[in-house]
Amino acid sequence: MMISCEKAALICNKTQYREATFVEKMKLRFHLLVCKNCPEFAKRNTKLTTLCQKANLQSLTVEDKRRMKELLREEA
Amino acid sequence: MAAIRLKNTNENQVKVIVPKSFIFEDDTNKMTEHVLHPEKWIDAYADYLFNYTIGRVNDVEIAKDLVQETFLAGLKSAKNYKGDAAERTWLIAILKRKVIDHYRKTNSKKGRAEVRMDYSAHTDAQGDWIEEQVADPFSSFENDAIENQELGQAIHSCIAKLPKKQALVFTMKTIQGMDTETICNELNINPSNLWVMIHRARTGLMGCLNQNWF
Repeated sequence: MMISCEKAALICNKTQYREATFVEKMKLRFHLLVCKNCPEFAKRNTKLTTLCQKANLQSLTVEDKRRMKELLREEA
Repeated sequence: MAAIRLKNTNENQVKVIVPKSFIFEDDTNKMTEHVLHPEKWIDAYADYLFNYTIGRVNDVEIAKDLVQETFLAGLKSAKNYKGDAAERTWLIAILKRKVIDHYRKTNSKKGRAEVRMDYSAHTDAQGDWIEEQVADPFSSFENDAIENQELGQAIHSCIAKLPKKQALVFTMKTIQGMDTETICNELNINPSNLWVMIHRARTGLMGCLNQNWF
């Protein structure tokens, strides 16, 4: 049941993308109860996810950027 | 007079929300010499400019075109670049013109682009300040939209500061919402590799956004 902080951080990151399994989430919960530093990390990590959602981030796709680069190179 | 004051208050509102890091960043940049690096523009600024545009034109395709036109225009007028502004500030200035031109084109009929607002529907309100009709500055509704846009720009400029590979993985995973397997296949990395990069990217972003947003 005991997991390392590295493992806890990994599960915490997976949780941000809803990719942690139920067992993993239980392990993380338990770790957060007994660890001193990880709860702060988990809190900030979750906050980052909230911020990213709130900002409604948009980005160009890799393909779009590749095309733009090509065009710039032609013009240069 | 009333119109000018109204404009000023609006500007003040926006200024309050501008993250401090931007101002500091530009100030420090002024100390150093500026040189253009067009070959790095796309990776460094494309998402930032795109995010900026999308908040103003609300159409993905038009935004893409405007960003592309901005880069091309920047390249064409690179010889006029005096180096007194940071590269990104300079590109944003070009982009602003492009956005305005876009609205000019769509509102070819003269005067349609103006915002018209009656002074007051009530004749007995004549002589009152126009500010009284402006929406409540403390209502979260309108300010949220501005703040979220500032937030988006702050996040994008932080992403641009990350190492290239981390920035790419983070963008694909978080913004484009691609699943782990697809990213691994596309970039030819294994999942544990991916999570390490995600972890570093997220830690980096937390540090970068720290002062203003946490």
